[in-house]
Amino acid sequence: MSQTDSLWRRLSGYNLFWPIIALLLIMLFNLFFMPNFFKIEIKDGHLFGSLIDILNRGAPLMLLAIGMTMVIATAGVDLSVGAVIAISGAMAAVLINPALGKELITSDKLIENVTFTPLWLVIVLGLLVSILCGLWNGLLVSRANIQPMVATLVLMVAGRGVAQLITNAQIITIYYSPYFFIGNGYILGLPFTFYIVAAVFLLAWAITRKTALGLFVESVGINSRSSFLSGINEKNVKLMAYTFCGLCAGIAGLIISSNVKSADANNAGLWSELDAILAVVIGGTLMTGGRFSLAGSVLGALIIQSVTTTIYSFGVPPEVVLVVKAAVVLAVVLLYSEQVKGALNNLFERKGVQP
Amino acid sequence: MPNSNSTLISMQGISKAFPGVQALAQVDFTLYSGEIHALMGENGTGKSTLIKVLTGVERPDAGVITLNGQKIQVKSPLHAQELGISPVYQEINLCPNLTVAENILLGREPRRFNSIDWRKLNQKARQILQRLDIEVEVTQSLGMYPVAIQQMVAIARALEISARVLILDEPTSSLSAHETTKLFQVMRKLKSEGMGIIFITHFINQVYEISDRTTVLRNGKLVGTFETAALPRLELISKMIGKEITAFEDMSRFKQQSDHQTEQAPLLEARKLGHSGVVSPFDLDLHAGEVVGFAGLLGSGRTETARLLFGADKPDHGSLSLAGKMVKKFSPCASILRGIALCPEDRKADGIVPDLTVRENIVLALQASRGWFQFLSQKKQYEIANHYIKLLNISTPSADQLVKNLSGGNQQKVILARWLATNPRVLILDEPTRGIDVGAKAEIQKLVLELAEEGRACVFISSELEEVLRISHRIVVMRDREKVAELSGSNMDEKTVMQAIAGS
Repeated sequence: MSQTDSLWRRLSGYNLFWPIIALLLIMLFNLFFMPNFFKIEIKDGHLFGSLIDILNRGAPLMLLAIGMTMVIATAGVDLSVGAVIAISGAMAAVLINPALGKELITSDKLIENVTFTPLWLVIVLGLLVSILCGLWNGLLVSRANIQPMVATLVLMVAGRGVAQLITNAQIITIYYSPYFFIGNGYILGLPFTFYIVAAVFLLAWAITRKTALGLFVESVGINSRSSFLSGINEKNVKLMAYTFCGLCAGIAGLIISSNVKSADANNAGLWSELDAILAVVIGGTLMTGGRFSLAGSVLGALIIQSVTTTIYSFGVPPEVVLVVKAAVVLAVVLLYSEQVKGALNNLFERKGVQP
Repeated sequence: MPNSNSTLISMQGISKAFPGVQALAQVDFTLYSGEIHALMGENGTGKSTLIKVLTGVERPDAGVITLNGQKIQVKSPLHAQELGISPVYQEINLCPNLTVAENILLGREPRRFNSIDWRKLNQKARQILQRLDIEVEVTQSLGMYPVAIQQMVAIARALEISARVLILDEPTSSLSAHETTKLFQVMRKLKSEGMGIIFITHFINQVYEISDRTTVLRNGKLVGTFETAALPRLELISKMIGKEITAFEDMSRFKQQSDHQTEQAPLLEARKLGHSGVVSPFDLDLHAGEVVGFAGLLGSGRTETARLLFGADKPDHGSLSLAGKMVKKFSPCASILRGIALCPEDRKADGIVPDLTVRENIVLALQASRGWFQFLSQKKQYEIANHYIKLLNISTPSADQLVKNLSGGNQQKVILARWLATNPRVLILDEPTRGIDVGAKAEIQKLVLELAEEGRACVFISSELEEVLRISHRIVVMRDREKVAELSGSNMDEKTVMQAIAGS
């Protein structure tokens, strides 16, 4: 008995334990109630099915969660990622299909399968503008010493305005088919977005765990004053985190605009900052900063996306979707509460004591 | 002084324990009406706990409080206010964006037809302020006025609650000399009206200027209550600092070489270094192989001086040079690269990173000086951490223990290890032995001397005079943010240092 006890202790002490449990519970639910959920078919050499769908649809959120993790680990928060998604999407769409041009562009020209800017430049400029957004947030937080929530609120509100200015307040439809590959393409049967997420995850992991940056980020997030006195340039660490978060949001923006083949300044990425924060919290990183887990945040994003996909494929009426989602999130977050954890531990221990 | 002999408040045998600390042990305290009573003691001696007990923030474990001869039990801060006991805290608890009048009468606004009677409110506020001889426009928002006026408004608010007992916790720490005079006028006026005032301050001069009696606390115990005028300054200081009789090793062997050291060229040279409003310009030489002690009361500018030398704050006066080279860039990182280290005073706020492991805490400064990319490998980190855990005798189950789980003394050693890992030439230690047990204290003192013997220059800052005397080759005395004396050789005895601290 005591062996199972210690196993339980060891497992529940492992930092990815609870996110994994939460994901398994959702999958278990699907196993019982949705027989087709785990079915994966091969169509045209691509894999199809709910699981693949979760990976594909969840890609933007996973990217946001990775970036947000860095920011939250420095004891900050970035509310502007949704707006940055709109900005980078708008930027890409306008470069492909300029709505700002002085000359009159006739509608037959607009639906041509061509781009006005080379694809690589579209991507580079789209990401550059999102990096600038991140830098802006980072400068406000680290140099002007504005509280993160307030500082990023500026861009959260203003960013949609910027995106509207770029698109002339229109929804720009994209007709250039090579661009669609970003959000809809497949390589070796798996969606291209999966490779993007993997690459960004590896990049984030490498710069935090293979350089000293991870240590500095955690140190600044836990105690920024003693970090400063220990010689860490805490301002640049914060600047880096926000800039990286902006870049992640920019990539997500390109994926979303490519996926829906248009740039909608008002609705692209709307409220996604809240989902991203939630994903990070579910992943086990505290809002107070410090220790962070990139893998946990990606798991958190997968949990949120699984819930959404499950709800939709279960046929829940749209008017109750948000309520169901809230209930699931509440359950997951409750699993994290120290009180509930303590109660669970007690439960298991008492069982162990019984003869 | 009207009815100066009537006892207003009497606290008898007050005890209060927090987990691990006996904050107050059998403390007696009496306050007469019409007196200003100074409450003195270094930090952590129980002053604030005593005030918290009196104002109902904390419940005493034992002891009796009487107000005007009647036994009372203060249940909450609100209850204390109802009894007429009003504290005015160091950080002013007012709302800067409300008007002066609103601040004074917040929660007790005069009403008419179910809404606030603004005319009456402002009128009433003006009356109260007149009583204090203060003229400000009560309809202006409070934040527009200087801190001194805000302090007065806080007092006015306390008076409005018709306080009989006014508690001023460090009211002058953010005031200029002129503003302090003004505050003292108000205090004298209130005193003449028969109010009892408890005055907490770190400024010795002010105690002698304004207070009638002085109560000294040390380590949670009452040292005594004295007529201020009859208590020589020197005695007050010695009562505050106290003497700790502990068995320490003989450290004299380390201190022999002190004299010839000073003939060499100094390692660190400060010339007219200062920061206006923080530390007056001072000269200081540090030689390799010596320990220079900084003595002085809390708030005398010791910590600020240390921060200037380390480059945590930028000086706006004078120059600093290390080994003949002028220091141009003032930042912690630049200092570490130069070979200067600072163990900060406030271990919790400025020292440890509580949720990181011992290993990470130890390598932090070294890694910071190497930048983002020259990352110390895990193996190397463990090597460094384990080396210092052994060297400094840090008691921790492993290098992976979170620092917050260690005891105060071991946390201090971890921070020391952090700085030793950067191999500094100048090591500044600000209160390295505060709040740690006697054994660890002796270990750290010995270590400091050994480090000096290795050829490093050490600055040792401490509130405990004995400790400074024991290990320093020279002693710099600070008072009121100024370097007032530098003692060495035969001048270095308790009496001279205390005289320098007291300024008599």
